[in-house]
Amino acid sequence: MKNIGVFICHCGINIAGTVDVKRLAEEVTEFDDVKMAIDYVYMCSDPGQNLIKEKIKEQELNKVIIACCSPSLHEVTFRNTVQSVGLNPYQCEIANIREQCSWVHADKQKATQKAKEIIAAVIEKIKLNESLSPIKVPVIKRALIIGGGVSGIHAALSIAYNGYEVVLVEREASIGGHMAELSETYLTQECSPCLLSSKIVEVQNHPLITILTNSEIEELDGYVGNFKVKIKTKATFVDQEKCDGCGICVEKCPVSIPWQSEEISGKTRAIYIPYPQTIGNKAVIDKKICKYFTEGCTKCKEACPKNAINFKQTDKIREEAVGSIIVATGYSLYPKEKLGEYGYGRYKDVIDGLQFERLISVWGQQNREIRRPSDGKIPREVVFIQCVGSRDPEHGVPYCSKICCMYVAKHAKLYKQAVPEGQAYIFYIDVRAGGKGYDEFVQNAIEEDGLYYIRGKVSKIFQENGKIIVWGVDTLAGRQIEIAADLVVLATAIIPSKGAKELANKLKISSDEYGFFSEVHPKLRPVESPTPGIYLAGCAQAPRDIPESVSHALGAASKVAGLFSEDLLSHEPIVVWVDEDLCKACGICVEVCPYKAREIDKWKKIAKVIEVLCQGCGACVTACPNSATQQRNLTSKQVFNMIDAAISIK
Amino acid sequence: MIIINGNNLLNLVQKESGQDIQACYYCHKCVVGCPVSKYMDIPPNAILRMIQYGEKEKILKSATIWLCTACETCGTRCPNNIDIAKVMDVLKQMAVKEGVKGKEKTIQIMHKAFLAGIEKRGRMHELSLIRDLKLRSGGLFKDIKLGIKMFQLGKFSIFPEKVRNVKEIKKIFKKIRSIE
Repeated sequence: MKNIGVFICHCGINIAGTVDVKRLAEEVTEFDDVKMAIDYVYMCSDPGQNLIKEKIKEQELNKVIIACCSPSLHEVTFRNTVQSVGLNPYQCEIANIREQCSWVHADKQKATQKAKEIIAAVIEKIKLNESLSPIKVPVIKRALIIGGGVSGIHAALSIAYNGYEVVLVEREASIGGHMAELSETYLTQECSPCLLSSKIVEVQNHPLITILTNSEIEELDGYVGNFKVKIKTKATFVDQEKCDGCGICVEKCPVSIPWQSEEISGKTRAIYIPYPQTIGNKAVIDKKICKYFTEGCTKCKEACPKNAINFKQTDKIREEAVGSIIVATGYSLYPKEKLGEYGYGRYKDVIDGLQFERLISVWGQQNREIRRPSDGKIPREVVFIQCVGSRDPEHGVPYCSKICCMYVAKHAKLYKQAVPEGQAYIFYIDVRAGGKGYDEFVQNAIEEDGLYYIRGKVSKIFQENGKIIVWGVDTLAGRQIEIAADLVVLATAIIPSKGAKELANKLKISSDEYGFFSEVHPKLRPVESPTPGIYLAGCAQAPRDIPESVSHALGAASKVAGLFSEDLLSHEPIVVWVDEDLCKACGICVEVCPYKAREIDKWKKIAKVIEVLCQGCGACVTACPNSATQQRNLTSKQVFNMIDAAISIK
Repeated sequence: MIIINGNNLLNLVQKESGQDIQACYYCHKCVVGCPVSKYMDIPPNAILRMIQYGEKEKILKSATIWLCTACETCGTRCPNNIDIAKVMDVLKQMAVKEGVKGKEKTIQIMHKAFLAGIEKRGRMHELSLIRDLKLRSGGLFKDIKLGIKMFQLGKFSIFPEKVRNVKEIKKIFKKIRSIE
């Protein structure tokens, strides 16, 4: 039956320059089953789409092929076009004769022949196409956010203000993340924890937001709209209801943590109150270093006036049902042990950026007076080194950590404000200050605060007569430099948060070679993970600063709100199905499925498909030894027919 | 190797010249535009860097500060609006004041001979200038051929001219000396 219409697009000269479209249209018309073929300069334009609609009505077509660019560009456009005149959208197929033909060939004769072969193959496919409709699934309007840093907080607030419930899970004892550890923000020079604390209060007081601190994701099941999460809340050994944050226990604790190895701000003892500015202000115990568990020390318990300390507390597991997940796990800094040439860990006065933040923070232990860690002297010469680890393939971090150029300028500026007679030197490879007002900020710091920017790397750092001697190079002057410094601050590379890999495995989302979670498309889908319903926010995806993290988080939150705006979710119907007579329930498909979309039905003894999870990748189709699994509109028969057509056409 | 241990040169030169040397981001535009940079031992942008590093002695001994003709091409083109000619002037003054015996002595003699002539007559007299220059730098008849040619073309007169009120000129010089 002749019922197929073929529409050939010129795409300006993109296709018509290499493919003889007129001849192609004439030759395609002669195929069996093709009722008509026509060419037009831009099929995607309004007149082009109208042409398709007219011809469908006029020629009574019920299958349409558009020979044009890649389906990733205009498949949706043309499917909507045919749907508007009553055709099933899955009766419209794209024959890609641009990316796969005209763009990659020069010979017009041969390119035209190849275009013809491509169209012939697609004709074979469309002949056996079924009419499909999207799969509908209900959605639980509740979001899970993993990570309570600035990204997680903003995502949580945005979703909650849209009227949906949020569960915010934070691994540490308090929400706030790295932003709570910073002294001042760059550009605005505002107190970072103060800025954040207003948001923390908002999150804590919002009736739709549940905060789970000291908690981690144990297990994830389900699919978009219907996730089931197991969350483990670690024991803090302090009754959070009773504790009023008086701090007596902290004073009594015999285990003190050296300043240098402090993991998070405020953690000075085994029992500690994280971030003084957080609302709540409750003490927690770190089981790993607490002496109760090794020697039976109970000093804090004896001292607590509220009797809040309970060493018998155990970890708790709870289950939550959510419709969508935002991963906002943030970042860590490059491990210091690997930075031998910079003397990190060997000399007390070589510190990293976050330690310097603590040194100058408004509530830090040293109270705005900058004093170096070794002997408490006010440093007169401070050397800042950028790209420590970053842009260094040898250290396994070839990427740019992005925020260092800006925060180093800020650090040096704050240092000069605190010690005006001191001098700050900055070693850099490039100053990458892209952003609104960013370059002006750096230039202003150089001019107004008199910072020395030295373009070059540091080769060696060693100690001599109480000074840290820095050997570097000024590549602009082409000379070697020696600076006798009192303090050296390293802008260490940003790496994915601890445990990011394990989390990626639990959530079944992919991460790049460095461990940052991958987005679907780096340009146009930057907040979506490849798994539907799981979104990314902030540094979990790539290094970024506060304003970018906030925008990214709000982007992810708006995707979640969009998802929740409908009661039923639509899912692409190009999924696999199982021929129950052929299936032997061997389970190979379950193993190969990257989306957890296959499982064995124990009663019927066949492999099932969870259609909402299936992404139509075809992995199980090729793995199935019995050919029991087939993909809709891409059955083995269709594929073999396509191959036959492509190789037999003259 | 440069050994940095704090310096005052930067502040001093910035104050004297009124130029923001810290603004320099080493784009080299001043060097490529400079008509005499190829004769200089240290390019102008490096001079700015050395000021930051406090390498006073090296700068004052360099030929660069004397070769600069103050044509101001560098300052006109500088993206950060640094008038490098002004900076060079300050450095020249510093060298003279501190009695640094650097390179390009002839240029220094030329400057002195020129100013001496002006002080005397209020107006330049080429022949006297050349005579003074040659007497002090040696090689009195070295450029005699060029001199004859210039004389034939009427480029300089034999007898010097004076401004009407030489006393005023002398007052100006006196005042400048008292300021210095």
